[in-house]
Amino acid sequence: MITTIIRRGIQAMFVIFAMTLIVFLGVNVIGNPVDILVNPDLNQAERLRVVERLGLDQPLWQQYLTFLKGLTQGDFGTSFVYGRPALDVILDRLPATLELALLAMVIALVIGLPLGLYAGLYPNRISSRVIMTGSILGFSLPTFWVGLMFILLFAVELGWLPSNGRGSTVEFLGARWSFLTADGLQHMILPALNLALFKTSLILRLTRAGVQEVVAQDYVKFARAKGLRENRVILVHILKNLMIPVVTIIGLEFGSLIAFSVVTESIFGWPGTGKLIIDSINLLDRPVVVAYLMMMVVLFVTLNFIIDISYTLLDPRVRLDGKG
Amino acid sequence: MNANVPILPDASALAESGRLRTGLARFFAAPLAALGAIVLLAVVLVAILAPVLSPQNPYDLMQLDIMDSRLPPGSSSFNGVPYHLGTDGQGRDILSGIMYGLRTSLLVGLVSAVAAALMGTTVGLMAAYVGGRTEGFLMRLVDLQLSFPTILMALMVLAFLGNGVTNVILAIIIAEWATYARTSRGTALVEREKEYIEAARCLRIPAHRILLRHLLPNCLAPIIVIATMQVARAIGLEATLSFLGLGASVTQPSLGMLISNGYQYLLSGLYWISFYPGIALLITIVAINLVGDRLRDVLNPRSTR
Repeated sequence: MITTIIRRGIQAMFVIFAMTLIVFLGVNVIGNPVDILVNPDLNQAERLRVVERLGLDQPLWQQYLTFLKGLTQGDFGTSFVYGRPALDVILDRLPATLELALLAMVIALVIGLPLGLYAGLYPNRISSRVIMTGSILGFSLPTFWVGLMFILLFAVELGWLPSNGRGSTVEFLGARWSFLTADGLQHMILPALNLALFKTSLILRLTRAGVQEVVAQDYVKFARAKGLRENRVILVHILKNLMIPVVTIIGLEFGSLIAFSVVTESIFGWPGTGKLIIDSINLLDRPVVVAYLMMMVVLFVTLNFIIDISYTLLDPRVRLDGKG
Repeated sequence: MNANVPILPDASALAESGRLRTGLARFFAAPLAALGAIVLLAVVLVAILAPVLSPQNPYDLMQLDIMDSRLPPGSSSFNGVPYHLGTDGQGRDILSGIMYGLRTSLLVGLVSAVAAALMGTTVGLMAAYVGGRTEGFLMRLVDLQLSFPTILMALMVLAFLGNGVTNVILAIIIAEWATYARTSRGTALVEREKEYIEAARCLRIPAHRILLRHLLPNCLAPIIVIATMQVARAIGLEATLSFLGLGASVTQPSLGMLISNGYQYLLSGLYWISFYPGIALLITIVAINLVGDRLRDVLNPRSTR
């Protein structure tokens, strides 16, 4: 057990190290940021000074070593655009992304779970068929286009909800949050709904499949035979056993929700990390791009590590690496 | 044994054509799938015939009139050319824009899906056939890649390479090949143990020939299904990337680019610039998914009853 954890841990570290190399080299292959970030009116000497200040005159391996050294100290370099440490720029934006992703997950659960339960319990009703067809649409509809249609319908035509920005925020635990103010919540609804669209379909389908599996089990038949009220059978016997795969998926998908917020944030002008990375790619702000990508790599490697380990803990039949 | 060898191809060819016919019949037995196939065919035809069918060449500046910009659907130009779906900010006909945009979108989807299938299947079959450490390493790589969301992989590649259609295709290939590798390896692992592979090995048929002529054809069904679905995914992904400003160029706009163009007019209520290209995108994706869904049912041996 312990050896598996250690081996997995070493593998995870190795993956992160390899990704530092790939990300750093990859990002440094794109065009010359000097041309974009240095004022073209500057004379040669001033240009050189700026290049030197940004560390762009060093050979690539030197830049990489500096980068690695900085990495161990949580220092990804200074953003070319904001003139502040890249990690700070990202961490500033992180609460906005986190609260949006969390709300989207809650929405996906609140809509997807009951609908999936219903469609699973009564698979032959017409309403169930409608729900299932709707979930296919949720998979097929391009998220960004749905976002635009949300803006068109709810913000432009009906004028019910704002479509841009975070609204007013309040400071709490050292960060600014929108979900604590009425205005902020209003601003969150459209982007969160948009982000939740895909996950709602996913949870819905997963729940339905789970229900159909559980309903056929002996303990459910027994509970019904015992004469328990249907509500109790559904809530205790079915729903409880269903939660394991659903919770796993929620954990798994939270990372991808943060990754997909790139699209939603760009549509709704939501100033989170997703919008930041798109802006930074377009401006060739390399330290921010690198810091963001590394943050995501660490996030996903950690998530996978946790999932692998918990599977081994929960189910001894799962043998990692096929050696056992 | 030897006498049997030349007979084999004929027999299998016969079985093949029979299977194909019943397969096609089963495919079209489902009305929704048949509808999907017809719609898809229509979409492809429209894309191919865009220069003939479209009322206007939206990228020939001579045909554009800035006075015609942002006209609502149903209006027409001063010389009577109808704008069925309205015009955009440069006075381009939306309908013509969609027809031309479909070409880019379909091309990107098709090229990237096929290339990713080639790359992934090669890796998957090799891994399954060779086995040992090589297999372990390749599959770890696949696992690793599949643990990242597609859009993140694509963003990473585009952050390295810069924008443009070719780079988007590359990004999609790099983001998607692993799916094929995993599936084809899974299928190949099962097929590898079967008698016909053993027989081929006993006959000392060279490895590359076994891989290409014996293993590959029998692993093809799931790969075709994934590739079909993947075309839809790639079209959607390309549209998303173009919308984010990382994809197609202005001179060769895809549907995503057209939708993106309408974004700035959305708040003034000029819905048609984004709305109709989106509908075209949706129809294309749904049609492909319907076809792919049915293909999965037809090609899956377990569902044959």
